[in-house]
Amino acid sequence: MGGGFGVSTTSVLGGVVKRREDPALIRGTGLYVDDLQLPGMLHAAFVRSPYAHASIESIDASEALAMEGVRAVYTAADVEHLGDLVTQVAVGKLRPLLAGNQVNHVGEAVAMVVADSRYGARDGADAVDVDYEPLDPVIDLKEAASDAALVHEDMASNVLLAWEGGPWGDEEGIAGTKETIAAAKEREDTVTVSMEMVNQRLLPMPMEPRAVVADWNQGYGRFTVHSSTQIPHALAGGIAGTFGLSLTDVRCIAPEVGGGFGCKLNVYNDEILVCFASQQLGSPVKFTETRRDAAGSTIHGRGWVATATVTGTRDGKVLGYELDGIADMGAYSQNFTVAIPFLGLFVGAGQYSFPTYWRMACVHTHTMTTDAYRGAGRPEAAYYLERAIDAFAREIGVDPSEVRRKNYIPASEFPGAATHIGFPMDTGDYENNLDALLETVGYENLKAERDQMRADGRLVGLGLATYVEVCGFGPSALVDLGFSWAAYKIPSGFNGSGLVRIQADGTASVIIGTGPSGQGHQTTWAQIVSQQLGIPVENIRVTHGDTAESPLGIGTFGSRSAAVDGSATYEAANKVAAKAAKLAAHLLEASSEDIVFADGGAHVAGSPDQTVSWSDIATLAYQPHRLPEGMEGGLEAHAVFSPGNATWPFGSHLALVEVDGDTGDVKLLRYVAMDDCGNVINPMIVDGQIHGGLAQGIGQAMFEDGDYESDGNLLKWSFVEYPLPTSADLPSFELHRTVTPTDINPLGVKGIGEAGTIGSAQTVVNAVVDALAPLGVTHVDMPLRPKRVWEAIQAAQTNGSVS
Amino acid sequence: MYPRSFEYVSPGSLDEATSILASTDGAKVLAGGMSLLPIMKLRLFSPDVLVDIGRIPGLSSIQDQGDHVGVGALVRHADTASDPLIAEHAAALATAASWTGDVQVRNQGTTCGSIAHADIAADQPAAALALGATMVAASANGTREIAASDFFVDTLTTALEPGEILTEIRLPKQGGGSAYEKLGRRGGHTDYAVAGASAWVDLADGAVCCGRVALTGVGPMPTLAEGVMESLIGTDGSDAAVAAASDRALEGVTVLEDLFGTVEYKSHLAKVMTRRALQQAIAAAM
Ligand SMILES: Cc1cc2nc3c(=O)[nH]c(=O)nc-3n(C[C@H](O)[C@H](O)[C@H](O)COP(=O)(O)OP(=O)(O)OC[C@H]3O[C@@H](n4cnc5c(N)ncnc54)[C@H](O)[C@@H]3O)c2cc1C
Repeated sequence: MGGGFGVSTTSVLGGVVKRREDPALIRGTGLYVDDLQLPGMLHAAFVRSPYAHASIESIDASEALAMEGVRAVYTAADVEHLGDLVTQVAVGKLRPLLAGNQVNHVGEAVAMVVADSRYGARDGADAVDVDYEPLDPVIDLKEAASDAALVHEDMASNVLLAWEGGPWGDEEGIAGTKETIAAAKEREDTVTVSMEMVNQRLLPMPMEPRAVVADWNQGYGRFTVHSSTQIPHALAGGIAGTFGLSLTDVRCIAPEVGGGFGCKLNVYNDEILVCFASQQLGSPVKFTETRRDAAGSTIHGRGWVATATVTGTRDGKVLGYELDGIADMGAYSQNFTVAIPFLGLFVGAGQYSFPTYWRMACVHTHTMTTDAYRGAGRPEAAYYLERAIDAFAREIGVDPSEVRRKNYIPASEFPGAATHIGFPMDTGDYENNLDALLETVGYENLKAERDQMRADGRLVGLGLATYVEVCGFGPSALVDLGFSWAAYKIPSGFNGSGLVRIQADGTASVIIGTGPSGQGHQTTWAQIVSQQLGIPVENIRVTHGDTAESPLGIGTFGSRSAAVDGSATYEAANKVAAKAAKLAAHLLEASSEDIVFADGGAHVAGSPDQTVSWSDIATLAYQPHRLPEGMEGGLEAHAVFSPGNATWPFGSHLALVEVDGDTGDVKLLRYVAMDDCGNVINPMIVDGQIHGGLAQGIGQAMFEDGDYESDGNLLKWSFVEYPLPTSADLPSFELHRTVTPTDINPLGVKGIGEAGTIGSAQTVVNAVVDALAPLGVTHVDMPLRPKRVWEAIQAAQTNGSVS
Repeated sequence: MYPRSFEYVSPGSLDEATSILASTDGAKVLAGGMSLLPIMKLRLFSPDVLVDIGRIPGLSSIQDQGDHVGVGALVRHADTASDPLIAEHAAALATAASWTGDVQVRNQGTTCGSIAHADIAADQPAAALALGATMVAASANGTREIAASDFFVDTLTTALEPGEILTEIRLPKQGGGSAYEKLGRRGGHTDYAVAGASAWVDLADGAVCCGRVALTGVGPMPTLAEGVMESLIGTDGSDAAVAAASDRALEGVTVLEDLFGTVEYKSHLAKVMTRRALQQAIAAAM
């Protein structure tokens, strides 16, 4: 690292700076969308389908319309001219803004009621009488894939996309892989282990459900939309496209966003519909999801059933890995839906060098859409791979850490290593990371302790899993592979931006294009700029999420913000430093090359007493008549950063669990994570991201189950039926890291938002399977709720030992 | 999450409260609101009038009343869980209260509210049954006492009449030892019971002389497991005797399946929890 402009000697980067956003959030003074009260604001509520699949015979809104305070009831006919919901990857059936003749999942919006109050809107929605004719739903993934019954009569198949090998056909990277694996299976000295596993559907359930307020200004012909979204710029573009407006006609603001985890990385029909209602009624219109709306009508994650097969020799060398899967897309495709399995494929072989071959069928079912949920495809990929590797290790009787080590891409292959589909990876040292974990926990002793506890009659298990993930998206050139945001009037791929403006008093405003939802950008971005300019963090304010003031940015998701927009901001700060150095040199009568920024100002290298403050520099910048000849006034810079690659963080996790054999209750005794996200800007924030990430992965392993009933009902409408893990359910995490900086951005940072989730579910399940192995259990599907674990124990005991 | 409209009244005395209840159709008592408000927000239940008993004086204490301990209508779960009198005479109830919900719920919800609500998977009703509590109900017509064994009538249904307020539960000072065990829906002791059992046992001359066992989470309502005690009384309370007795836990109980357990699983758990609760109660009684 190093900016080339006399970087401050006191390192702000890498230091713990307390999250600057917390005081307001903790004191309740932060502004969320639902806090917003605009004069004359109306409220929307939705009439939602109670059926998974039904035709709509009639809708009678007369009673609702007669109610005091109800202003309007809109149905599909009113909004048909706006088209389907804008969608980035438009493959499969797109979502109508409101259901027309048919509903295709429980919770689908059928009508929107707008009223003076939210209570009135709810009363109105309850009074709308919809006559449904129920139809048989398609819910089961294998049934859906078989096309025995169609989800959408006008589609030839429920399989909206099927692929094998790689995203671009059987080409580079995977040529001959299928044959190689088939040959390995034929060999007499190989063992093949195969397991079908469910990676269940999950409901994202951020603490703040989604909320949106649209305000159409008839005079200016302009929308101002506040939304709890991760992608304000895409939302603005989606609204502009839908209503035939230009980007300057739509201002989207994402104020505080109380968690997103990917579910706010979508433009939703309700966001479009409140805009429509505001235009029609001439008043601002608010819609705030209830938890019930959030559970059934905001995107879900995961939802795969797949068979993972490992073939290798008895000494632990893996010769082939295959995954045959069906992924549930739900009834309609939204933003990324069909692209999620591809994200998994990128890390389909993990950090291993063995031949890997995936086959995937993406199917529609009569359920809510699936899309990006923390990790998005990568947790699924890591789960299948690491469960299968563990099963293979158990089968051949080799320690699971040894099997992993034997098959890693060696550190010596970096730079230049590539994934099984030929995608280049940035940096990696997997063995070092695994060793660090094993050494930290005292692996051999820990195994001995486990064995001792077992000998005492306890069901104790150790689980290990390692991962590589891909994030920090990414290169602008992804546009050429078809990954662009053009549907939202954003021509870019995934590049980032940052703007640094020195105010006239010498403080700095940093304006970024991402839309954070709790990741602490106001802190880390200030650290980046402080590091480069020597302006103290307290004098730097970071703002984001307002399309009228931020430079174009894609949003906060895919653990991309620090690597991409952080790097852009770093470059913008360097541009400011270059100009400021000239200004300081002018004031100090020195050469700009000798200027060093530190301690809130600039001085001449070697002469710390010859100094000017940032306020002096700014004053000069805004008094153009005093400037040296040829210099422009003002002091701000904007940079756009397009990295040459995504980033590839990795890590090794270990869990120690105990199972109560009488009840099936699983207790997580220890959880140790050794993550590598490259350079760390703020260790406290990185730890926080891992904490939350682990909780979500462990949540999938132990608690959460968003699967629908076979009749298409979703019985998970609240936290009573859908338990999320809380701090009380989790052990105190033991977090450690190795540091392997990336070489694709100037900060050397990789991204840590999703790593905890990607690494953890399989770690816990491997531990539980290890605990139950003495009883003959080889597999239990998630979530490992007591009932399921107990049933697995019963089944193993009745069947005798399972092969 | 937005309830239908309703009226709210906050009487300042018990008499005022009972007279409002007697004269108002569709009125419902509001205590801590931890069960009532969620079902109203889901519009599963929409009373016309809420009678908040929270400002009535004299209902917030746990008192030694000679041969029993009285727990007033406004005593919160957190108080029940930490009170020394309850710990001494009704340990099972203290444990059940300490495992009810989370900190916020325990600071807001009331022990009497939990018992009056009678959720099929609630913790404290089982303890009240096993401890042989007496419920005191007040209405415009006066006050009456109801034995715990007569109190739980059906799913979410108690012997309380619409105009009655449960003003106190009385826990007998009866010696012996008591315990509560459960497997929570979230695992461990967290959340409502997938299955729970409470036991009170007394010993005389090295033999079990009397006791009660109550189950929760498995059937339509908290229920006394009479077969268990029949089997246990007269034995030495050894692990073997307890195990044999626990096998009778489900006599007379209709086990219901829910999201958290099949009939088979819950039946098994009921026996496990009965065994564990009995072992602890016997140990405490010794
Ligand atoms: C997040 C959460 C977790 C929970 N977890 C658990 C758990 O693990 N275990 C468990 O057992 N419970 C649990 N509960 C339920 C809850 O603790 C109790 O049911 C609740 O506290 C009841 O007491 P209350 O004072 O809040 O009653 P309210 O909600 O005010 O009333 C409940 C019902 O009882 C009636 N009622 C209340 N008090 C009286 C009275 N004195 N006289 C007559 N009628 C009365 C009301 O009319 C109403 O019908 C949980 C609740 C929540 C919100």
